[in-house]
Amino acid sequence: MQAKKIKALIAKPGLDGHDRGAIAVSQALRDAGMEVLYTGIRQTPQHIVETAIQEDVDVLGLSCLSGAHMSLFKEVTSLLKKNKVKGLLIFAGGIIPDDDIPKIKKMGIKQVFPPGSPLSEIVSFIQKSAQKK
Amino acid sequence: MTSKPGIYPYTRGIHKEMYRQRLWTMRQYSGYGSAKETNHRFHYLLKQGQTGLSTAFDLPTQLGFDSNQTEAKNEVGRVGVAISHIKDMEALLHNIPLDKVSLSMTINAPAAILFAMVLAIAKKRKIPWSKLRGTVQNDILKEYLARGTYIFPAKESLRLATDLIEFSVKKVPNWNPISVSGYHIREAGATAAQELALTLAHAQTTLDDCLKRKLSIDQFASKISFFFSVDNNFFEEISKFRTARKLWAEILKKKYRAKQKKSQQLRFHAQTSGASLTAQQPENNLVRVTYQALAAVLGGAQSLHTNAMDEALALPSEESAKLALRTQQIISSESGIPAVADPLGGSEFLEQKTKQLEKEVLQILKKIDQAGGTLAALESGLSRRLIEDSFLKTQQKIECQEKKIVGVNCYKESDSKFKVPSSTFFKQLEREQSKQVKQVKSKRNHKKIETLLKKLEDKASQSTNLMPLLIELVEKGATVGEICATLKTVWGEYAG
Repeated sequence: MQAKKIKALIAKPGLDGHDRGAIAVSQALRDAGMEVLYTGIRQTPQHIVETAIQEDVDVLGLSCLSGAHMSLFKEVTSLLKKNKVKGLLIFAGGIIPDDDIPKIKKMGIKQVFPPGSPLSEIVSFIQKSAQKK
Repeated sequence: MTSKPGIYPYTRGIHKEMYRQRLWTMRQYSGYGSAKETNHRFHYLLKQGQTGLSTAFDLPTQLGFDSNQTEAKNEVGRVGVAISHIKDMEALLHNIPLDKVSLSMTINAPAAILFAMVLAIAKKRKIPWSKLRGTVQNDILKEYLARGTYIFPAKESLRLATDLIEFSVKKVPNWNPISVSGYHIREAGATAAQELALTLAHAQTTLDDCLKRKLSIDQFASKISFFFSVDNNFFEEISKFRTARKLWAEILKKKYRAKQKKSQQLRFHAQTSGASLTAQQPENNLVRVTYQALAAVLGGAQSLHTNAMDEALALPSEESAKLALRTQQIISSESGIPAVADPLGGSEFLEQKTKQLEKEVLQILKKIDQAGGTLAALESGLSRRLIEDSFLKTQQKIECQEKKIVGVNCYKESDSKFKVPSSTFFKQLEREQSKQVKQVKSKRNHKKIETLLKKLEDKASQSTNLMPLLIELVEKGATVGEICATLKTVWGEYAG
């Protein structure tokens, strides 16, 4: 029997319009056999969380390049908690200073991929860590 | 060899003497936090020998939100300066001699509003508009394709952009009312040929829109400036600038029947490639920036921004911004290159590369034409797909090390750390900015603003040029957010 596909949502919270990274990651996950939804740019944390719940995704990837990641990621993770979403693997990417990474992990975001991260590394991280529903 | 510099089709440069007569403008893109802080950075850069200013606005400003609006939350002052009303703009331009220093503004969807502020300030300072020199990016098409700071649907946004151009051509003769930008298309992943083709396609849309305003081609074509990226592939980039000039000259002469030389000459600003910078081993970026800058100079740029080495992870520090400027100063003062007009002319390799690139660009332009033109190619997603396919291919090459990037997929080492402004700085800034917006609003003549906004609502659905009204609105203290909200009620928003 074929294993169930991992379903991922790649999302861009905030106002920044740079989505080359988000699109590259989406494509890499697709190439690795996952089902991937990409929200497009300029999404509110509310909308991202609603989509994640509605689509019942296994993985949520957040991308932010404007420097507003701390507040935006916090809003997303708080909303997920408020909505009692469990078993969701969250990872993040973008222009994120090293100092912020421990704080981001405390929010429940499992891994942060800085600029230049190989796509293969992101794919294998998800394959290892995602809990398929 | 292709003609000489200064002679049609200007492949080798638009001026006979090039930098012997006039050096390129050193124009470093800067802006962060409040208007006061950015003004401080402007003065610092001028003191260090920078010769023109270039303003980065924060995302709320670029998207038509005031600092105190919910949509602006978390983003105030992050990637540029926050400008919500004319008081902010006055602080930004404090003690900047607008009749002497040229001012560039990277603003697109709300460009007309920010331009109106500059005009209002010049008026207040009694500087004739004819003395103002500068550029507003005002290139909305590439926003839908690559950069993402669109507000209104394309048709209406183009109308506002053309209002600005028409007004500027008639009343602010030394201003560049549009900078047609390939830079962001390239940064989004396009190849050099795609960058050039899409930019030339977008520029022709502007020409067509202006002609519909009953302006003659020679009245406005010379006011259109360009903005290109300068990336890692040294000779390809130099060829790109040569090809750009040749094709533009031919398009203007043959297709649009422009008579004046100036109308046929492509002038461009270049910025070194942000996407080529690496967060790993950031000092290496200094080397990349240096030879990218060389390519821009050897390619005949009129104006240049050199990126700072820390820009892959943060806005540049004062130190790194200075070093980026020094890079240009070293090239101009020490390399001997500016003493020769187009020193690479005659290189067989370069000539061949230029021809090949021209062929590729013409093929893409034909493809766009066959798809129904620029707007159709944009709406159908054709242009976007071209770019995506290219960068996914590049990404694959990086993954398998076919394309090598030092510090990223070869010669790796453990990373050094960066210091960036803490988020408490931005939280405080957001509070202060919001307070100021409220203060400005409380001191205005409310009735007058209401009447003017109502008038804007009416005129937005007609075809009269909106610039005079926008100038009056900003003079009376209307905010970017209020003006954009009013225009949205008539035009709607682009859905993305």
